Amino acid sequence: MKFKLFRAPEGRNGGPADPTDAPRMGGQVLPAADAAAERQRDAAATPLAPAPKPAVGAGGPVGATKICARDVSVFYGDKQALYDVSLDIPDKTVTALIGPSGCGKSTFLRTMNRMNDTIPHARVTGRIEMDGEDINAKSVDPVLLRARVGMVFQKPNPFPKSIYENVAYGPRIHGLATSKGELDDIVQASLKRAGLWEEVADRLHSPGTGLSGGQQQRLVIARAIAVEPEVILMDEPCSALDPIATAKIEELIDELRERYCIVIVTHSMAQAARVSQRTAFFHLGRLVETGDTEDIFTNPRERRTLDYITGRFG
Amino acid sequence: MTWLFLPILIAAAVAAFLGGRALARRRSSGLRAHSRPGQHGALALIWTAAPALAVLLAAAVFAPGLEQQLMASGAPEAVQELEPFRRQAFYADAGAVGAGRPAAQIWPAPYAELLPAEGRRAARIDLMLSLGGWVAALLAAALGALYVFSRIRPDLRARNRVEGWIVGALFACSAVAVLTTIGIVASLVFDSTRFFASVPITEFLFGTQWSPQTAIRADQVGSTGAFGALPLFAGTFLIMLIAMTVAAPVGLFSAIYLSEYAGPAFRATVKPVLEILAGVPTVVYGFFAALTVGPAMRGFFNGVGALLAGGPLDPVGQYLMLVQNQMALVAGGVMGIMLIPFVSSLSDDIINAVPQSLRDGSYAMGATKSETVSRVLLPAALPGVAGAMLLAMSRAIGETMIVTMAAGLAARLTLNPLDTVTTVTVQIVTLLTGDQEFDSPKTLAAFGLGLTLFVVTLLLNIIAQRIVITYRQQYD
Amino acid sequence: MTEATQTDGARVNRLRAGLKRRYAREQRFRAYGLLAIAVAVGFLLLLLGRIVEQGHTAFYSHAMTAPVYMDPPRIDRAYPQGTNFEQLVAEQQLRRLGIVDDAQGTKASAMRGLFSSELKFIAAERIARQPGLVGQTVTLSAPLSDDADLYLKGEISKDTPAEQRRLSDEQIAWIDRMDAGGQIAARFNTGLFTRGDSTEPELAGVLGAVIGSALMLLVTALIAIPLGVGAAVYLEEFAPRNRLTDLIEVNINNLAAVPSIIYGLLGLALFINWMHLPRASPLVGGLVLALMALPTIIIATRSSLKAVPPSIREAALAMGASKTQTVFQHTLPLAMPGVMTGAIISMAHALGETAPLLLIGMVSFVPGLPHSLVEPTGALPSLVYIWENASERAFHERTAAAILVLLAFMIVMNAAAIVLRRRFERRW
Repeated sequence: MKFKLFRAPEGRNGGPADPTDAPRMGGQVLPAADAAAERQRDAAATPLAPAPKPAVGAGGPVGATKICARDVSVFYGDKQALYDVSLDIPDKTVTALIGPSGCGKSTFLRTMNRMNDTIPHARVTGRIEMDGEDINAKSVDPVLLRARVGMVFQKPNPFPKSIYENVAYGPRIHGLATSKGELDDIVQASLKRAGLWEEVADRLHSPGTGLSGGQQQRLVIARAIAVEPEVILMDEPCSALDPIATAKIEELIDELRERYCIVIVTHSMAQAARVSQRTAFFHLGRLVETGDTEDIFTNPRERRTLDYITGRFG
Repeated sequence: MTWLFLPILIAAAVAAFLGGRALARRRSSGLRAHSRPGQHGALALIWTAAPALAVLLAAAVFAPGLEQQLMASGAPEAVQELEPFRRQAFYADAGAVGAGRPAAQIWPAPYAELLPAEGRRAARIDLMLSLGGWVAALLAAALGALYVFSRIRPDLRARNRVEGWIVGALFACSAVAVLTTIGIVASLVFDSTRFFASVPITEFLFGTQWSPQTAIRADQVGSTGAFGALPLFAGTFLIMLIAMTVAAPVGLFSAIYLSEYAGPAFRATVKPVLEILAGVPTVVYGFFAALTVGPAMRGFFNGVGALLAGGPLDPVGQYLMLVQNQMALVAGGVMGIMLIPFVSSLSDDIINAVPQSLRDGSYAMGATKSETVSRVLLPAALPGVAGAMLLAMSRAIGETMIVTMAAGLAARLTLNPLDTVTTVTVQIVTLLTGDQEFDSPKTLAAFGLGLTLFVVTLLLNIIAQRIVITYRQQYD
Repeated sequence: MTEATQTDGARVNRLRAGLKRRYAREQRFRAYGLLAIAVAVGFLLLLLGRIVEQGHTAFYSHAMTAPVYMDPPRIDRAYPQGTNFEQLVAEQQLRRLGIVDDAQGTKASAMRGLFSSELKFIAAERIARQPGLVGQTVTLSAPLSDDADLYLKGEISKDTPAEQRRLSDEQIAWIDRMDAGGQIAARFNTGLFTRGDSTEPELAGVLGAVIGSALMLLVTALIAIPLGVGAAVYLEEFAPRNRLTDLIEVNINNLAAVPSIIYGLLGLALFINWMHLPRASPLVGGLVLALMALPTIIIATRSSLKAVPPSIREAALAMGASKTQTVFQHTLPLAMPGVMTGAIISMAHALGETAPLLLIGMVSFVPGLPHSLVEPTGALPSLVYIWENASERAFHERTAAAILVLLAFMIVMNAAAIVLRRRFERRW
């Protein structure tokens, strides 16, 4: 590599450009190709550095650390898809995971609600804590975890049931409503919060698959928030939608930020800039850089980040 | 004797090929021909063989009818006075005698005396027709060859023509499938109309008395026996119902387990086992039902009956003590086992067609596997599963050997699984396998039953296939 | 923030409360699935187990070996078959056991009932070959009758009241004595594999039916495979997308689901009643099975043609090959393993098909071995049906044995298909 490995950041979080300080800078700097840096990092890696207090600023993160990932690796059979990712995700904030296709961002997203459990031969190592509790611990039930960590997928996937039944699905399976009236209230509140109520109030019992793509995606978001999750994971939620529907969803994400910790995987740099306060850049299964969105986009520390956000690859 | 013609025809075709090739070589020497000589040869072969084969095919199809007409036109008066059924039986026997085989039945005077002469006449007509057919075939071959040899020139597009013939032949192959359907419909409808001429269709469909065996004298037509098929339909329905009660849940649950729960190793072991189960011939299931399941079930129910008899449930006990091997439960249950792999593999395909995104959506909501299956996958797959069940029902209705070997012959209108019932297929086999002559209402009744069976299963299949195709398109 | 944490905590507790019940339901559901599979596998094992249990005894049979004095006055040298050898042997056996017959000869006739009628033919053949044996004592070995054989196999019990079994106390005692005297031995039942059908269970074999089935499958294969492959090639490679093609396709799918007995009715009406082809002949059976196998072969061939990537066709067409040349020189050869696999499997299926054969007349008893396509013959599955219906108990074990033979053929065919698939199948 010709460029300087660790460029002195010029932002608020400026500090010595020393790899050993990397964790304190809000994330880890893991150059994939550079063996020397790898060795340095190994020397500095342990013990777990305490998560930094995220700076609060205009558009910056507002909550305490909700999820704390340390040295997370994911293997699909013999293939390693994710290499030692350590990342803190603050509450009441939108964190964007960006990077080229196949960089591991979706894989990382799926570790946070243990969706990788559903894939045969998938193995996760490292530690992920939510509110200080290891979510991969034996005592943690993935079913319960997923009730606390909701997820929205790339393609809208409403169940082939009515709009009402789609939203009521979570409360029903988890037994969250004791009466029909309570369930009605949950459905209504969730649809309202997802900004869909106005459009579907008069056809709650028509099939959810009959809605438009953007409406379907909002329905799926309503379905996810009906169980009152603490975290919402979104895997490229707008990639299958047209610009108008995308704008609506982005607006919705911004509103939801007030109540939930949101992690969004996106292909669109512009979207990451628009909706997120924190951004993490992944490349080839490694976390390259993380920081406040503004900093990443205006002043990335890493050459690869710069190349990516300016469109030289991706 | 007529088989001598076949080598002649083959030789002619080969000669046409060689001749055509040589001719093409000579006529196009020094010129730039469109096609290669071999292709001209192939065209010559086709033009020689195809007309001859067409003539032979036509002869094979139309000769029997023509033969009957010729026989009828010159028949003695006594024969012409016979009932149509008997007359055809007489001609059939005359043909047999003429060909040196024994007659199928013993004919009273004066027919017995007429039989040898008529037999000789039948043999003569037969020889005349087949010779005529072969001569016409050879003539057609000669004409075809003559035509093609006059056409062989360097600019003849022989390759394209040969390929045209090949595509035509391939089309003819796929037309056989359509012809089979036409053949099925034609033969069923033809013989059924003859049956419905003597038994009104309403009596057949809604009558509750089925006793075809009561026709005592052979020359009685219609009005003998009772051909009310309702008990057969009821029996078929009952056995199908029992079979589906076994096959639907077991097949569906094993499909669910295999597609959603089982690991690859388990699947790799169980799937072949189910395939073996599907490959076992139905006659084997019939044997199993008749000699293992039947006696075991009967023993069980008789035992229970013996316990109950004399107690407060005495009538039930008395009834159970008389239960027979041929109860509907046995045939239906074994048929259900036969259908398990069928239902299972169809359901497996259908459940696998549900997109992974729905599973992900459900798991991401914190649903367990069973909740995902019962609340998302099955509702999503419902139309497909329904289609699969309809196909299985159609199989159950048309299944023959298990019921023939393990169900009874008594036509009874009942829905009690411990009673013996009979089915449409059992009756078809019974009507057509006894020692009887063709063309009596009794044998024609089998075609009436066959037509009903064909229509019902065809409807079920068409509906099921529609459902399954629409279902698949939904997720494509 | 603390308030939020509290409600979160309360919510988690509420979630957890239902969890036990939900997991119990999960376990139950899973258990149903396993149970279903266990039922299916269990029944297969029961089915096969019962057939082996019932059939294995048919693979051996008991024979009696005894010295027989070929009493010259009683033997017809010119026509040895006319001799009542059974009576001769029976009398000598009685004498050997020290039993005096009554005036009516009831004991001799009871003794005769223990031997198979085959005894007569064995003896007659010996005499016919070596007339010099008359007047000498010859050691003859012949099968026992089916009932005696069943008794020795434990199928007929002494505990059954005498009037309900087919052997009298006296006959059983004789068998026991002969057995104790070393005259009776069990040996492999070669006759089962070398004979045709017979009304005498101990002389009935499956070879006739095996040959009949083989002839029938030959006809089926010769007709159904070329026609089926041709139709599939047309539909997959040449057919224009139009309503006629759609009709043919729907038609083929429906034909595949038509009950087999309907094909039997078609065969009866078309081939026998209309075309006057010989009843119960392998020719008619083969034709009917060919029509039945046709849709399956078409469907299998089409799917393996579909699996050949379009790039191969494009490459050949780009080289200037005509469409027909492309199909017959490239596409079809590449699809051949799949085609053959499908064809073998459908042949195996046709081998086990029974119902249509019953309707074209293969329900009647056909002795001996078939030697022509146009004469009445039996077939393996119809033999199973005929033997199952037979009243003699000894046919039960033979039915099961015939099933084992049938299954063995099917296993061999399916194994061949699997080998073919493993060996030649390419994944594109």
